[in-house]
Amino acid sequence: MNLVFAIIALITLASAIAAMCLRNLVHCVLCLTVTFTGIAMTYLQLSAQFVGFSQIMVYVGAVSVLVIFALLMTRGGNELNLRDWNPRHWLIGLGTGLLTFGVMATGIFKSSLTRSAAPDSKTESVKTIGESLLNEYVLPLEALALLLTVALIGAALLAMPERKTASSPHSDRPQTKGDPTN
Amino acid sequence: MWFEDLLISLKQQIVMIAPEHFRPVFSAMLSTIPILSAFGGLFAVITLVERKMLGRIQNRYGPNRVGPGGIFQPIADGIKMLTKEDIIPFSANQFLHLIAPLLLLVTAMLGLAVIPFGHKLVAVEFEAGILFFFAIGGAAELAVFIAGWASRNKYALLGSLRAIAQMISYEIPLVLSSVAVLMAAGSLSLPEVVEAQAGGIQSWYIWTPWGFLGCILFLIATLAEVNRSPFDIPEAESELIAGHMTEYSGFKYAIFFLAEFVAMFAMCALTATLFLGGFHAPLPILDFIPGPFWLFAKLILLVLLFIWIRGTMPRLRADQLMEFAWKFMLPMSVMNLVTTGVWISLGGGVFAWVVGAVMNAGAYFGWSRLLSQSSRVKPRVYRYAEETKANV
Amino acid sequence: MIGKGILKGMVETARNMVGSFHDPERMVTVEYPEQKIPAKESARNFPMLIFDGDDWESGLRCVSCQICEKECPPQCIYIEKDTEKKPDFLGKPQFKPKVFDIDISVCMSCQICVEVCPFESIRMNREFEYAGENRFSRLILHKEDLAKSNTYYHDIHPTEATETDGVREQKRQDHLAKERAKAEKAAQAKKSCC
Repeated sequence: MNLVFAIIALITLASAIAAMCLRNLVHCVLCLTVTFTGIAMTYLQLSAQFVGFSQIMVYVGAVSVLVIFALLMTRGGNELNLRDWNPRHWLIGLGTGLLTFGVMATGIFKSSLTRSAAPDSKTESVKTIGESLLNEYVLPLEALALLLTVALIGAALLAMPERKTASSPHSDRPQTKGDPTN
Repeated sequence: MWFEDLLISLKQQIVMIAPEHFRPVFSAMLSTIPILSAFGGLFAVITLVERKMLGRIQNRYGPNRVGPGGIFQPIADGIKMLTKEDIIPFSANQFLHLIAPLLLLVTAMLGLAVIPFGHKLVAVEFEAGILFFFAIGGAAELAVFIAGWASRNKYALLGSLRAIAQMISYEIPLVLSSVAVLMAAGSLSLPEVVEAQAGGIQSWYIWTPWGFLGCILFLIATLAEVNRSPFDIPEAESELIAGHMTEYSGFKYAIFFLAEFVAMFAMCALTATLFLGGFHAPLPILDFIPGPFWLFAKLILLVLLFIWIRGTMPRLRADQLMEFAWKFMLPMSVMNLVTTGVWISLGGGVFAWVVGAVMNAGAYFGWSRLLSQSSRVKPRVYRYAEETKANV
Repeated sequence: MIGKGILKGMVETARNMVGSFHDPERMVTVEYPEQKIPAKESARNFPMLIFDGDDWESGLRCVSCQICEKECPPQCIYIEKDTEKKPDFLGKPQFKPKVFDIDISVCMSCQICVEVCPFESIRMNREFEYAGENRFSRLILHKEDLAKSNTYYHDIHPTEATETDGVREQKRQDHLAKERAKAEKAAQAKKSCC
């Protein structure tokens, strides 16, 4: 257990717990951003530079801002009211958390990840990632590109102003062209 | 070459002073301190040069009272900023109010870490160096949001949201224009991009058709990323006072100012690295002048170009700005990528140059004509109120 | 071509910048306080008291008739007469002012005191550099601050000064003529009585 890894893990876990526990939603989002940065630092510690920097670029740079915008555009910017919570919810939450953790831990330990050796960092460079993206995994890449294009078009369609049609209330009035003696 | 070797041997000698365990940290500090102090000094000089140059453009002298010709003006400005009272609104979030400018400064200065100043003079050598630069630039938007939100001011929040929207919209043309360079150089690491432009002024990427358009798009996107004129809605005085920087005074405002300028320097240095050959001299015989000098010369030329643009153009409106980013610059940068691909696959000779130039010029003129046609002004229609029984 | 306007604008600003170094017409800055724009002749700011000759106390034209004090609309002039009379330029004994104060925070430069002065002694100055060290200093001008010589008056308002000199010369001639007429009548009376 490396000292640097211990510090990074501590930061990540602490900010993740804070992201769940804080009252103000914007504070939660900012703690979540710290969690994302912690995960990126974990990637960088494993010398996965491409993934680590993409994590920062996508999550910290774009996803956090997206969540904040969504939060501010709806009512979430105000303080939450925690006066009416039931002690029963606490037990249900704990049970669900333990169940999820159990499923994930079983899945990870039973898979082949813990038995195979870590790949050599020299072979996993940006070049190999690029080559495998365009040779082996080109179909998921194109599908993702299509999905992103659809999302972009959808967003533009949602934000477009309403087009004025012929049956709008003002269009059947006689339109004079600047006749002041009318 | 001799300068870089001298610096590296000097650093290795000084590192030996520290005890064994602290050597990596000490070595990192020794790489960082010259860069930070050089850019800090450059910031002070450039603020004065900007004011004097803007003054000359506007037919007046710049500041000329403080020293001979005003050269001590940055010191006077620094003393003023540091001795101002630090006013924080009572209901503002004190912690976030403090870290927002610091976060912005940190992201701006981290970008300087991957720029090659000489043959082996990179602070941190990453294989995906340019990705690091853009990732850190993306984190700057978060700092702008924190600044606006922590001020507990509706208008500061609106200003910061506008600033974030501007920064996000211009990040795409920024990254896509640089991807063209990465395609040609074949690597994400910046020292290799500079190496691919070695040999004198004729091998710089700006003379290629895709490099020319890419450089122009990159420079315009840089202007928008650092909130500089004509894209300076977030910091103009007539627009929501100062946007996300409204509730800041004294030292924190100085840090915002410093962060904006250091981000500008980092991006100009990146432009010089990607398109202008980095630390290479224009002629091989001038190679004895050390690399950092050439990089700083190109950087200062680009900064003077930015000041020139600032003195020329009026400010863009927020919707004009977004329209420009999404309707013009994004398609142009994608077209630039296509041209780069064609250029590379044709080998890079004269034929490739001609084909690339035709494609880029055709895209530029055709697309701009198409865009300007759609916004033709329609004839004005007047409607007068009619006297009916209801409103007599 | 899109962007042609921007390039033309940039050429224009570059021309401005380069031209500002060698073309004196472009730089219209007047660097105050080393350079000052020359004032017009009829510029006026606050009043002054004119004195003839070299000694400001004895040559002061003001005879404290207090007409300007009464006519001043915001009543910013304060005059105290002297106790003994001294002769003026015509030889008549007059009271000189012991105290003559103008409060320039109140004075509105309306020039009414100048219009009503029968002795051509109060005129408008054009000095404006009256800054003091604290908030209330140098807001009241006393007799010694207000006394300016006739040559100074000629410097700043030449036409007015020449006119005033002409008026005073005319008065002196009238006075001398009257004196001569009186002396002749006295001589006539002496001759006729003896």
